Amino acid sequence: MTSPAPRLVTFGQPHPFPGKLIIVEGIDGSGKSTQLLLLQKWLEAQGFNVFFTEWNSSDLVKETTKKGKKTKSLTPTTFSLLHATDFASRLYHHILPPLKAGMIVLADRYAYTAFARDAVRGVSRSWVRKLYSFGVQPDLAFYFKVPIDTAIARLLGGTRGQFKYYEAGMDMGISQDVTESFRIFQTRILSEYDKIVDEYHLTVLDATKEIEEQQDDMRAVVTKALDHYKPKRGGYGKRSAVFWRRFGIPQSE
Amino acid sequence: MGKGRQYFGDGLAYLNPSDLKGKLIVIEGTDGVGRSTHIELLQEWLEVQGYGVITTGWTRSSLMSKTIDIAKQGNILDHWSLSLLYATDFADRLEHQIIPALRSGFVVLADRYIYTAFARDTVRSGDPAWIRDVFGFALVPDLVCYLRIDADTLALRVLESNGMNYWESGMDMRVGTDLYDSFKKYQAQLIEEFDKMAEEFKFEVVDARKSFEEIQEFLRAKIQPLLRNGRNRGLTRVPAPAGVEASTEGS
Repeated sequence: MTSPAPRLVTFGQPHPFPGKLIIVEGIDGSGKSTQLLLLQKWLEAQGFNVFFTEWNSSDLVKETTKKGKKTKSLTPTTFSLLHATDFASRLYHHILPPLKAGMIVLADRYAYTAFARDAVRGVSRSWVRKLYSFGVQPDLAFYFKVPIDTAIARLLGGTRGQFKYYEAGMDMGISQDVTESFRIFQTRILSEYDKIVDEYHLTVLDATKEIEEQQDDMRAVVTKALDHYKPKRGGYGKRSAVFWRRFGIPQSE
Repeated sequence: MGKGRQYFGDGLAYLNPSDLKGKLIVIEGTDGVGRSTHIELLQEWLEVQGYGVITTGWTRSSLMSKTIDIAKQGNILDHWSLSLLYATDFADRLEHQIIPALRSGFVVLADRYIYTAFARDTVRSGDPAWIRDVFGFALVPDLVCYLRIDADTLALRVLESNGMNYWESGMDMRVGTDLYDSFKKYQAQLIEEFDKMAEEFKFEVVDARKSFEEIQEFLRAKIQPLLRNGRNRGLTRVPAPAGVEASTEGS
């Protein structure tokens, strides 16, 4: 595309904001959410202002995603676009404001999740990267690397017990058996992640270690990254629950 | 012609478009230029001739139409989310309506197409590149007719019919102090974008201030040549209803 205006690509270059963006990636059952929660506790205990956001959680598209999944009418492209919409909405409402305010933003999954999943679903790799080009480059991106068998054992033995339809890639018709479909689908995602780790220089953590060992590794990296970070003081501590109330975010009902 | 159906940019990697033999005809233009009435008449005209026709309209997908309405009720919607909602709606219609219809040899009449999204996003962001990348999966149409109008005439027409609304007036952009000023400025910016695209993408431009009959005649004249070629390449001929003599019957 030839166009005179400059491209506003922000993904791939450091952001100019005073806050810090730390994200975690990994397949289901890698333990990334547990680790991010523990990191949040630790940061808050030190008095940092922390804001948490997770993948596919904006009110704007939650209902549509649910509807599309229920009627099984989502195609790889609409699936991808819905997640990008969710990401855009959260970036605008939940990620940029706290970053500009100098807070630490913790994100459970980021654009890399889309890069991995959508590619496995058959969407063009270059297209999905262009889609997210407006995203903010994280200051730290952790990838929790885990063998597929460990992840399956954790998910089956854990509180969830059952794999979800799209998580198991059942829409792709790989296998009628949910566990088998999950294994094949997520194995493909693992190999996409391996490429992404190299492409975007994600920090790889060994997710087979004990929980507290992984957390020690994670905290060591974060400590180093926050070396020159000057937190804004003068807030009232934790207020994430009321952060946006007065601005009246559209609620889907 | 001849090189087959193509994607606008990075296409649907899982779908080869070369066997989509129908015709994709787009009617573009800002709000209130009478697109939908013209499309209704075109559909009638084509069906009388015996061609299979489907129409598809902006934000009319079963997946997204409600979500977009809800989203528009809230007034803080960033341009990325808005454009991606449009793109999702479009992708849903493309894969569930447009592509199946083209594969079966139908004429698809599209009330607005990706150019509407291009204009709206570019006016808001100043960057024409990202939105074009987003819609890379769209099919290049066979014909784009653009009903062009100036902002002054448009303002009068819209006031005479439905009145101005928040989004048509670009109130989210804070370009004017009231609905009328905002409408005029926003629509003038959109028209400017459309004018640029008309050159870039070779739109067939018609002055929307002309009489209704003149415009309809112009559209038919542009569509007719596509159909003759189309018929030779296997465009679907559904039987004409009893009592109607299809003018191109005979081969």
